[in-house]
Amino acid sequence: MKSEEDLPMKIGKALEGLNVLDFSWVVVGPLLTRHLADHGATVIRVESSKHPDTLRTSAPFKDNQPGIDRSGYVANYAAGKYSITLDLTHPKGVEIAKKLVTWADIAIESFAQGVIDRLGLGYDELQKIKPDIIMVSTSQLRHNDPYPPFRGFGMHGAALAGFYSVTGWPGGEPLGPYGAYTDGIAFETLLVAILAALSYHQRTGKGQHIEQAQVESGVHVLAPALLDYGVNGRVASPIGNNHPYAAPHNAYRCRGEDRWCVIAVFTDAEWQGFCDEVGNPPWTKDARFATQRQRKKNEGELDRLIEKWTISRSAEKIMLSLQARGVPASIVQTGEDLHRDPQLKHRGHYQILNHKVIGLHSYDTPSFVLSRTPGKPERAAPLMGEHNEYVCQNILGMSDEEIAELVIEGILN
Amino acid sequence: MSELQQSDKALEPYRVLDLSDDKGNACGKILADLGADVIKIEKPGGDAARSIGPFYGSIPHSEKSLFWFTYNAGKRSITLNIESADGQEIFRRLLEKADFVIESFSPGYLDGLGLGYAKLSQVNPRIIMVSITPFGQTGPYRDFRGPEIVLWAMSGMMYLTGEPGQPPVQISVPHLRYRAGTQAAAAGLMALYWRERTGEGQFIDISMRDSILWSTLHAQQFWDMNKVNLVREGAWRQIGSTRIRIVFPCKDGHVVFRLFGGPAFAEGQRALVEWMDSEGMASELLKNIKWEELHASTSNTAMADELGEDFGKFLLTKTKDELWQEALKRRFILAPVNTIEEISESPHYMTDNFWVTLEHDELGDSITYPGPPARLSRTAWVTKRRAPLIGEHNDEVYRGELGLTQENLLTLKQAAVI
Repeated sequence: MKSEEDLPMKIGKALEGLNVLDFSWVVVGPLLTRHLADHGATVIRVESSKHPDTLRTSAPFKDNQPGIDRSGYVANYAAGKYSITLDLTHPKGVEIAKKLVTWADIAIESFAQGVIDRLGLGYDELQKIKPDIIMVSTSQLRHNDPYPPFRGFGMHGAALAGFYSVTGWPGGEPLGPYGAYTDGIAFETLLVAILAALSYHQRTGKGQHIEQAQVESGVHVLAPALLDYGVNGRVASPIGNNHPYAAPHNAYRCRGEDRWCVIAVFTDAEWQGFCDEVGNPPWTKDARFATQRQRKKNEGELDRLIEKWTISRSAEKIMLSLQARGVPASIVQTGEDLHRDPQLKHRGHYQILNHKVIGLHSYDTPSFVLSRTPGKPERAAPLMGEHNEYVCQNILGMSDEEIAELVIEGILN
Repeated sequence: MSELQQSDKALEPYRVLDLSDDKGNACGKILADLGADVIKIEKPGGDAARSIGPFYGSIPHSEKSLFWFTYNAGKRSITLNIESADGQEIFRRLLEKADFVIESFSPGYLDGLGLGYAKLSQVNPRIIMVSITPFGQTGPYRDFRGPEIVLWAMSGMMYLTGEPGQPPVQISVPHLRYRAGTQAAAAGLMALYWRERTGEGQFIDISMRDSILWSTLHAQQFWDMNKVNLVREGAWRQIGSTRIRIVFPCKDGHVVFRLFGGPAFAEGQRALVEWMDSEGMASELLKNIKWEELHASTSNTAMADELGEDFGKFLLTKTKDELWQEALKRRFILAPVNTIEEISESPHYMTDNFWVTLEHDELGDSITYPGPPARLSRTAWVTKRRAPLIGEHNDEVYRGELGLTQENLLTLKQAAVI
């Protein structure tokens, strides 16, 4: 274990001084720039009041009352950023965006492919204004074919990338992983891409254009299964909670309403630890469960016997006692469990910040802690357009009259 | 995608020493794809990750693991016993010219060997050490075992995946180690950006479980703000008070399709209804809806069921491919539930040149890999060569770079150091 004095002193934020212009919305782009903001970058989020980010109208809302500044969903991803509302369909709005490009080191957009070019803010255009800009364009697919680009969301991306076909029960209908699964993969991929581009920029002074088809990012992480098809002709299909060479390996019903624990035994030592925990009843000595191969062969029966044991016990206790014996086990955590999780508390994962409309509420932090430059959300999410004046005055150096004119014309609204 | 020449490598100057097991292998692989020189340091006899299936030819073999192939491609391999004094001495010499160390041992293991961050940073203060563990280096769960199903369950994703009334369920293809490795690579590069400005290395503590938390989207907020535990919904979604089906059977499989309208979907629904109408299959209900105004969140489940029945009947008359082609042409929002086979066999889902074929001289075969997860216009994101054989680069690294003699190597081999 690392003791405090072994680690370098905290001294700053890794991306301090970096300016990010963020045209993105929904999940992928906002999650990406949230990680940059957490580590010290200045992120200006350009929003549209005519077509607000879908997440601004998505639950959960403060007191269950919908409102453009009341969604915790959008707030979590926007922490630490500045928000301006700019009408990009108006030439003057585009002009302001271009001024911001000269300020920015990085620009990010997540419109359907081609939209940003039609707005006059495509990479070719941005490069003219700021030759060393790093620009990110991300969408579900990127095609050069005759069709207009596919528009869709993470649930569509997850279906296209194969995740729906490999999630569920043998022979059952495809269930899909929860939510917009490829979105999470897409943002972490882009984070790597941006930082690699920054490293290259540090060395050469050159910017570049990063393009992502989110479906391809999703497909990329399924590589072993794709190779298994390519070389062995095997098509991966849903296997429930089983594992090709571990047994028991499943979720088991525990005491309480919809409470479950996971137990996963890969080795004989883990099996012995499990048997000791359940008190070595006669069935654990059954020849049908003597070896990993036998356990795998008879896992249906094994699962029934294990659930007879778990059903009257608390999932938390099963996790703690099996893990203490070196046996992989855990609660199947709910949202409530996450907030109680002592390990997440220890890591300070949920930061409580004071949002101007929502009040105190919780924000996720990155999965990684850098010893010298730890990142976390420093300010609650901005209200929509909260920084219109701040950005125009302090970053663009505009006069009060100029700003007033933009407001009257509805460009800054 | 842009057609610029990607002749440069973003991470060309950097060297990575990769001590990790299966939990951390992806991190170094990603850095290698971006141009870093990644040396996989295996224990003599080869890493345990080589025993992870599936296997080439479906026969377990340390040089035929498809997991190893995909998580270690582009790296070089040397063997080294870092538990021996000689091995540690060699490791410290390698460290002098390295920029990153990646490891995924149990917390405290490397400290016990005198190879923890505190000691390594004395040898090379610029070193960036990336430590990847299931739950982090400190805290009550730091020693917990974390295979994929445990990470999935502890992240909150498992509770939300599956059908109501049925057990929560995993994704059948393991891939969470790749996701955690991606976030670990990002963290390493963040530290690199800092180091190139300040000269200071640092220690990175990544929790694999935490990397998956982001995929629960708003689940933690629902509890935090409304004291609601979101639940699993299978092929359905609860949107406000309306429960809607999102997975529909078609002629030869399933598609994901969102009922209702609103700004994001109105145009598409009209286009689909027009197509249905041209085949005499659009109901009066569908033809007369003002899609802009029909939001799922303010409608009701009875309406959802009616819409589902009308659209569903039509979807059953078409194949996945017919629906996909028309969705692209007519601009409605629908996606086929692709199988692994369809992804591999239908190039039109991917950007041109997505798939990459690597020579496997040792197998007398070549294998097709999925291509880059993103593209940079000036610098390559590409897997250059197959994963290394056990100790394939011992000579190259030990003799060529450290200047050991053939005799040194023999002695080290006999002492089971390499």
